[in-house]
Amino acid sequence: MKKVSKIYMALVLMFLYVPIFVLIVYSFNTTKSRTVFSGFTFDWYVRLFQNELILTSLRNTLIISVCAAVISTILGTAAAIGINNMKKIPKMIVMNINNIPIINPEIVTGVSLMLLFVFFSARMKFSFGFATLLIAHITFDVPYVVLNVMPKFRQMNPNLYEAAQDLGCNSVQAFFKVVLPEIMPGIVSGFLMSFTFSLDDFIISYFTSGPTSQTLPITIYSMTRRKVSPEINALSTIIFVVVVAVLIVKNIVENRSIKEEAK
Amino acid sequence: MNKKLISSPYIVWTIVFIVVPLAMVAYFAFTDGDGNFTLDYISEVAQYSNIFVRSIWLAAIATVICLVISYPVAFILSTMKKRHQSTMLMIVMLPMWMNFLLRTYAWMTLLGNNGIINSFLHLFGLGPYKMLNTQGAVVLGMVYNYIPYMILPLYSVMVKIDKRLLEAAQDLGCNSKKVLLKVVLPLSLPGVTSGITMVFVPAISTFIISRMLGGGGNLLIGDLIEMQFLGNSYNPNLGAGISLVLMVIVLLIMTIMNQFDSDDQDRVLI
Repeated sequence: MKKVSKIYMALVLMFLYVPIFVLIVYSFNTTKSRTVFSGFTFDWYVRLFQNELILTSLRNTLIISVCAAVISTILGTAAAIGINNMKKIPKMIVMNINNIPIINPEIVTGVSLMLLFVFFSARMKFSFGFATLLIAHITFDVPYVVLNVMPKFRQMNPNLYEAAQDLGCNSVQAFFKVVLPEIMPGIVSGFLMSFTFSLDDFIISYFTSGPTSQTLPITIYSMTRRKVSPEINALSTIIFVVVVAVLIVKNIVENRSIKEEAK
Repeated sequence: MNKKLISSPYIVWTIVFIVVPLAMVAYFAFTDGDGNFTLDYISEVAQYSNIFVRSIWLAAIATVICLVISYPVAFILSTMKKRHQSTMLMIVMLPMWMNFLLRTYAWMTLLGNNGIINSFLHLFGLGPYKMLNTQGAVVLGMVYNYIPYMILPLYSVMVKIDKRLLEAAQDLGCNSKKVLLKVVLPLSLPGVTSGITMVFVPAISTFIISRMLGGGGNLLIGDLIEMQFLGNSYNPNLGAGISLVLMVIVLLIMTIMNQFDSDDQDRVLI
């Protein structure tokens, strides 16, 4: 039984990883061929870093993701505090609306925002670009922040806030010194989730960005539509290495904190 | 008192950027270019019923394949030693962190007529087989892209199952097949249902996978919507109508799935 499950896992992992490794291997190929490996080169990486379009869209992606994540975290945390203090029925209504962007197919969210922006851009004289893209990203990020922060209130002892006030804190101090540290893990994971979703989003950005605010996924898409270029492979390799590095660091940090808690 | 007020910026935000846009989709779907009420666009959607059927069919096949592959993966993961579990889970989930366009692009290079699989088969005098631009390729792309969304909810439900229950069932005379059917399966049902929704919803509404791996001949609902808004056949009213029908289908699937789900508290959302 054990052996069977090991073989099974190996097969599944092969299915998951072979395509990625093939991408990586051919990023070092001297020719554009995707079947014959004719020699080792770093040329595609050099070209990648000389490609103005890719660098601009990378910068756009980072700016959008950071802005969207910061704004979403603030907006979402504030929202979670308020929602937590609501009565049952208003709470249910707000939470259901909050969940719409999560449940709805992404393309519908993208299209609906595009309709809104088209409608108002004609009347208010603005065009698709950074602002529309940022609004769209915040709209699909905040629900995840709310969902990450809300459970932390449920886990928190509700008397803590009052105890802090009894001990001489005013309500602002009580919030920053007592409540905020308690809900911090939820805020951090909400922020990280927003950031990665914004970084990775293609579908909603595709409908809401303008020519001046192309993000990396949009550029990747237009590259795959045109002819084959091993620059995409080089880009994939770099992204893969970054992802692996981030996850390893994350794992080490988590393991360390688990060990510290055990002490 | 003032604590409720602090959520008002977000509530205003949800109204302006979630509720109003969706209301606009509904408005566009039921009106013509001049704003007069019409059912033309909704009835025009019926002309594309073959695309709807194809999308539902391909997404359903992909969901079933995901479930069949993921169930043993999640079970094996949940029975591993705690120390190995988190590492293994990370390894399984890692490909998900790559942008899905790149993952789909990877399959383009593998499946092409001059692709790696065909060149490999050529060594044995086989092929070339047409793999790219087929429905099979689209299903493969869906499975490859969305399988983590099936593994994760299944795993998080199974890891909570008390393993002593399995031993107890065995002690009481169940063979391993019966343990699986009578203990593990019922307990993992919430994971199955949320896995199905999490794979089916993006699969039925995709437009990239079908375009990259399916060629021009295998349009899905997502492609159809995209064409009405950004393609050559600009027609936002029809696009809104199709989006509305897609939303209804998704809602229907989720309602059906929720029927199997008794306790809402433990629903795995992400």
